[in-house]
Amino acid sequence: MDAAMLEALIRAGIPDASVAVEDIRGDGAHYAATVISPSFEGKSRLDQHRMVFKALEGHVGETLHALQLTTRAGNGT
Amino acid sequence: MSLIDNNEVFDRIRQDISNNDIVLYMKGSAVFPQCGYSAAVVQVLNNLGLPFRDIDVLSDPGLRQGIKDFANWPTIPQLYIKGEFIGGCDIVRDMYSSGELRKLLTDKGLLQE
Repeated sequence: MDAAMLEALIRAGIPDASVAVEDIRGDGAHYAATVISPSFEGKSRLDQHRMVFKALEGHVGETLHALQLTTRAGNGT
Repeated sequence: MSLIDNNEVFDRIRQDISNNDIVLYMKGSAVFPQCGYSAAVVQVLNNLGLPFRDIDVLSDPGLRQGIKDFANWPTIPQLYIKGEFIGGCDIVRDMYSSGELRKLLTDKGLLQE
């Protein structure tokens, strides 16, 4: 999976999110992503991450070996 | 994974996380972690000087999938404290650096001030 697809999947699942993706090892399998979204408001960090995993349905832990995820409520502007 | 197996695995998980204050489902063992992310959580727990139960999911494919279903969380490692799912490597490291993990452990009587 490439960075653009990863970003697109997260945006599709969380339309109001601002997303920054980095391929930390340049191998297309180890990514760091920061996702900031108003819809995270009032959600635990676990649930925020679960929302991102849902947007990446089935990829995480499979085609995507490792995703270093940072999430924050609010808008990313 | 049929439903019946799932229940058997879930029962085992419930037992492990209630019989042990701190449980880390990981790849490999605390002494020989087989994955960097698992090793990172072991490091955090060692830094805090905490005894914990390490459970190697690599040796049990049913558990490896079952724990992901149980926690509704797609990756390993998974840390449980007093029966509660805390998170994977990212969240545990964030909580450790922010002091949140130390506070949680102190509140639960697992860490002296």
